[in-house]
Amino acid sequence: MATADIAVDQAAYFDWLCRLGDNCLVLGHRVSEWCGHSPVLEEDIALANTALDLIGQTQLWLGLAGEVEGKGRTADKLAYLRDAAQFRNVLLVERPNGDFGQTLMRQFLFDAWHMELLRALQKSSDPRVAEIAAKAAKEVAYHLERLADLVIRLGDGTEESRARMQKALNVLWPYTGELFMADAVDQAVVAAGIAPAPESLKAAWDRTVAEVMAEATLSLPEGTFQHRGGKAGRHTEALGFILADMQFLQRAYPGGTW
Amino acid sequence: MSSEWPLWEVFIRGQHGLNHRHVGSLHAPDAEMAICNARDVYTRRNEGVSIWVVKSNEITASAPSEKGPLFEPSNSKIYRHPTFFDIPAEVGHM
Repeated sequence: MATADIAVDQAAYFDWLCRLGDNCLVLGHRVSEWCGHSPVLEEDIALANTALDLIGQTQLWLGLAGEVEGKGRTADKLAYLRDAAQFRNVLLVERPNGDFGQTLMRQFLFDAWHMELLRALQKSSDPRVAEIAAKAAKEVAYHLERLADLVIRLGDGTEESRARMQKALNVLWPYTGELFMADAVDQAVVAAGIAPAPESLKAAWDRTVAEVMAEATLSLPEGTFQHRGGKAGRHTEALGFILADMQFLQRAYPGGTW
Repeated sequence: MSSEWPLWEVFIRGQHGLNHRHVGSLHAPDAEMAICNARDVYTRRNEGVSIWVVKSNEITASAPSEKGPLFEPSNSKIYRHPTFFDIPAEVGHM
């Protein structure tokens, strides 16, 4: 096993992999909620593609998490049979979809961070992490490009689209800080060379966001308060509703397949 | 809203060396978005290596009513098909 050479607390490593997987899973589920409801057909398909990319990445991250844990839990078991308190996604991705602008803004703020993270993870000391990151980075590069474009178009668009995008930015801003907050789990994987320090991604994220918002004629909120808790399993009530939707079938018909 | 966006025709090159082929159409506000949308709508199953889009209303089409004068005269010009040459056996499949 490749991990044999990497000195890292396995429980922390498992937790960290769940964070990666759960971010993708919960955001992927949120985005998939638009399927059949988007304002135009082309956007509907584009969002469904994004959701599928994220669910695909979930399988890889949670699959590796199960492997690291070594208790025989598969990606499916981790996705469908954990309760909210065991989920490790940041609060940002469980925020309700809101209007289309809010969905797009959430995706952009996440993508800008996700891209920096995946770029750094390609140099991970665990080759399995580096390989997953390399595959995901191609998908996320497209997400980011598309979303930056949409945010600019809608921000620098009509009076109404601009107002909606500014509101979306204001509402979501206090949920972005958690992406860059480090705790003991982060410190363990950083020390093992598996992952970059969360705060090390901030400068590049700030730059991307500032550039796009300037072009979108949107102003960055000045508030400094930031929510936190998702990474440690303390979630908003929104996650419970997501899991009720997502896990119902496996809970009602354990082991059901199709 | 979609009715306000112009229609675009999408052409995809399936693999290097092949021609771009018309695969369908979609709505988009401009060419850049049309490429994005075409990527998302028409290349989900690894169909292409290159995309062209062109505004549908910039295509000039032949009129169906002109079909007779345009196409029928060539029906009787069988000598335009290169089927009257004897291909030596050693050339093989052409």
